[in-house]
Amino acid sequence: MAGKTLYEKLFDAHVVHEQGDGTALLYIDRHLVHEVTSPQAFEGLRLAGRKPWRTGAMLAVPDHNVPTTNRAGGIVDPVSREQVSTLDRNCQEFGVQEFPMADMRQGIVHIIGPEEGFTLPGSTVVCGDSHTSTHGAIGALAFGIGTSEVEHVMATQTLLQKRTKTMQVRVDGELGPGVTAKDVVLAIIGKIGTAGGTGYAIEFAGSAIESLSIEGRMSVCNMSIEAGARAGMVAVDEKTVDYFRDKPFAPTGEMFEQAAAYWRTLKSDPDAEFDKVVVLDGTKIEPQVSWGTSPEMVGPVNGRVPDPSAESDPVKAEGMRKALAYMGLEANTPMTDIQIDKVFIGSCTNARIEDLRAAAAVIKGGHVADNVTLAMVVPGSGLVREQAEKEGLDKVFLEAGFEWREPGCSMCLAMNADRLEPGERCASTSNRNFEGRQGQGGRTHLVSPAMAAAAAIAGHFVDVRQA
Amino acid sequence: MQAFTTHKGIVAPLDRSNVDTDAIIPKQYLKSVKRTGFGPTAFDDWRYLDPGEPGMDHSQRRKNPDFVLNREPFDRATILLARENFGCGSSREHAVWALTDFGFRAVIAPSFADIFFNNSFKNGLLPIALKEDEVDSIFKAVEANPGLELEIDLPNQVVKAPNGSTYEFEIDSFRKHCLIEGLDDIALTLEHADKIKAYELAQQEKTPWLFNDLRGNVGG
Repeated sequence: MAGKTLYEKLFDAHVVHEQGDGTALLYIDRHLVHEVTSPQAFEGLRLAGRKPWRTGAMLAVPDHNVPTTNRAGGIVDPVSREQVSTLDRNCQEFGVQEFPMADMRQGIVHIIGPEEGFTLPGSTVVCGDSHTSTHGAIGALAFGIGTSEVEHVMATQTLLQKRTKTMQVRVDGELGPGVTAKDVVLAIIGKIGTAGGTGYAIEFAGSAIESLSIEGRMSVCNMSIEAGARAGMVAVDEKTVDYFRDKPFAPTGEMFEQAAAYWRTLKSDPDAEFDKVVVLDGTKIEPQVSWGTSPEMVGPVNGRVPDPSAESDPVKAEGMRKALAYMGLEANTPMTDIQIDKVFIGSCTNARIEDLRAAAAVIKGGHVADNVTLAMVVPGSGLVREQAEKEGLDKVFLEAGFEWREPGCSMCLAMNADRLEPGERCASTSNRNFEGRQGQGGRTHLVSPAMAAAAAIAGHFVDVRQA
Repeated sequence: MQAFTTHKGIVAPLDRSNVDTDAIIPKQYLKSVKRTGFGPTAFDDWRYLDPGEPGMDHSQRRKNPDFVLNREPFDRATILLARENFGCGSSREHAVWALTDFGFRAVIAPSFADIFFNNSFKNGLLPIALKEDEVDSIFKAVEANPGLELEIDLPNQVVKAPNGSTYEFEIDSFRKHCLIEGLDDIALTLEHADKIKAYELAQQEKTPWLFNDLRGNVGG
């Protein structure tokens, strides 16, 4: 009999009960909650007269609506303010631990989960947010759910799930200088497509993935959903174990060693079989820039905007034409000729301390180009912000003409005041380049933090290796 | 949840692949703390020519005459037809709520994104995956005959067209059962409350660090 994949190990360890048709009741260890996808779930509990099964497994934080400037002034938009105060009230009423907006530990839900040691290797993690896949980087089974399922987890601490198929995405070889985790995951999505992982749980493996830091692996797993996979994960190694040695909610002392011994078993067996295997040569991956309105519409910075007339599939060609019209781009334009208006460094994909260090390292000495009307850095959490300030990164950004903001989701999805105006073009370290994602009519190009910083200085995309 | 057995209705052709949930319901409307009222702003950026904000009277806004749901008879459609990977992106269930609030009971496409697919079943919206050539033939039939009505028969897992064509579809048996009966998942799961408690007790021995709770007690 073949061995088990990491996904199968994590799934099997959490089965409470299994029906004859393969539908399992899966136990959920960690439930992250934010203000946008929870109010209807809390309301559902209230209407049914139900209580949360285990409030100790929940951690709530407002992140999508929070302002990134003048926190002391509160939230100006009354609708946003109401949603955040609804979260505060619900958490109080049901006894759920929350890091409210004024808490030093507040931040983007997927940044603070691992940062606090709340999400741990071997745990099942859910959140009403598709980027929950981020936590798979620490060897957890983590995936996004809708609000009905949020209510289901609140009420029962379980979810009804069927096993998905498994895919291994192996990236071998040493990554070149200037090539980051973000470029790796964009290249993967470019290869398998935005629906390539639909119906699968992806395990990222290979020497290039192993060489990434835990934070880099988070950037990769974060975008699993952009390839269609609800869950992405990386096997536990000593980097994973060490990452949790000093985290507030992680076990300590003897219990840490007990946990670590278990965590070290969280890898696919050598003879495990995947339903699908995709292999990429890490040495060939170049810094990436997206050019369209789907994350699969991406290519190397030294390439050109593709030509729909060269595409043989008519549905695909029509999609490309629509994308280029929305993006205001001509086919065959060199990527490095594309001028930008704004730069956004932030989001659950790229707002951890290593991301800010990478961006600052590129900026040092330079200044934001005249045609760039706004370049902003939004740290992923209060603790990331504090660490960056200790290292003087805030000064590097400020002196270069960037704005240094308070933590939150910000212009990744523009639910707060940070957004693009119609027609504005942005180099963004976020995860989605959908139409209107960063503001109605806004045009998003997905890049790494280093590439975003280089573009800010040049005023157009440039190969960070030559910046 | 609204039960689903059979349904007959007008098909609206949305000829796009990778329709994402940001397009189905833009972010500004996610600030609502309710499950209802999302219908008038479904596909907001494509449907209106002026920018929309929560709290507006959307009936007074400038409609995009080229957008399918603004045209007769598709404004009365109850079945949405689209291309591959429908509902990709964000997990927002508001996308499903926007479609059901508009009046849709089913979406037909060659493939769906996983989270959207899952969310649909929780709200009585039936996502039907048909083969690409079958979807293509329905697009052509609707183009030739706008206002064409399809009949969906969930118990028999078949879609029937007026010309006699039939399209069979697959559906998970448990989901089908829940949809036909309009069952509440949570009540069903709570029938297994003893098993959940037993699991927790066993795991407290095996992985005690996962039960070092932030606050409150284990067990419902």
